[in-house]
Amino acid sequence: MPNMEKSNNTNKRHIRNDIILVALLLLFVIVGGIYLFFFRATGDAVKVTIDGKLYATYSLSENREANIYTGNNQQLNRLIIKDGKAFIETATCPDKICAEHRAIFRDGESIVCLPNRVVVTVIKSDKTDAPDAVT
Amino acid sequence: MNNKIKTITFTGIFTALAIILAYVELLIPPLFPSLPGIKMGLPNIIIVFLLYRKNVTSAILVSLIRIALVTMLFSNAMAFLYSLAGAVLSLLIMILLRKLNFLSVVGVSIAGAVAHNIGQILMAMLLLDSSELGFYLIALIFSGIIAGIFVGLCGALLINKFPSKFH
Repeated sequence: MPNMEKSNNTNKRHIRNDIILVALLLLFVIVGGIYLFFFRATGDAVKVTIDGKLYATYSLSENREANIYTGNNQQLNRLIIKDGKAFIETATCPDKICAEHRAIFRDGESIVCLPNRVVVTVIKSDKTDAPDAVT
Repeated sequence: MNNKIKTITFTGIFTALAIILAYVELLIPPLFPSLPGIKMGLPNIIIVFLLYRKNVTSAILVSLIRIALVTMLFSNAMAFLYSLAGAVLSLLIMILLRKLNFLSVVGVSIAGAVAHNIGQILMAMLLLDSSELGFYLIALIFSGIIAGIFVGLCGALLINKFPSKFH
């Protein structure tokens, strides 16, 4: 049964390649995860944008609570800064995904509220070209 | 003429199957509510099956019609863009890997699932104008591997039940 043998070999080769594929992907996940968790500097401020436009910048070094409003004074999200970390406490959007997001503090981390178009991003203030922090 | 009817019927049946699987997936509560992209990708069972037992055209047709209909029925325009980006990238990768023939069904499905998630992230970067989705990318690649294995095993089971191609 030479034919059977061949298909068996092909199967084995395929499964070996599958395992290589999964191993490569896992390697990427592990290396990327380690890099993001341990080697990224912590930021010192958060930048809030609504619909891509800069709304405010808050320093992470002091505790504060900030309400984020749209132009017509409708409250969107409530941002809390505590112990150098920022998180969203409450939101008016239907899915509340942003309010469940863990606190952010590393440079570049962000919390996104898609329905309200609000993005909160951690920055290092020495590299921002934005005007002075609104404090 | 007869052939045309056959194609329409065939595509219709498999699109219906894919839509039902997408609906079943909606009934399962999300594992991680803060990471909305993480899901099983059950409709991909049908796409993988079609790639191995019918042809590339039917896989593309069913995938795109399925996404258009599912987003119209259960979702919104934003979700349509994400799904479309994911599906197009995933289809391209799976068609290519199927042709190259060096992975098993499970391998093709894993690559497709991961490609689907990467496509969604690329669309999110485009829409949100934010390149800082690194954590999300890593979480989605990992979930893609798991989902891809499950979907691939289901697909392989189905493929083995139908020993020959449909014509």
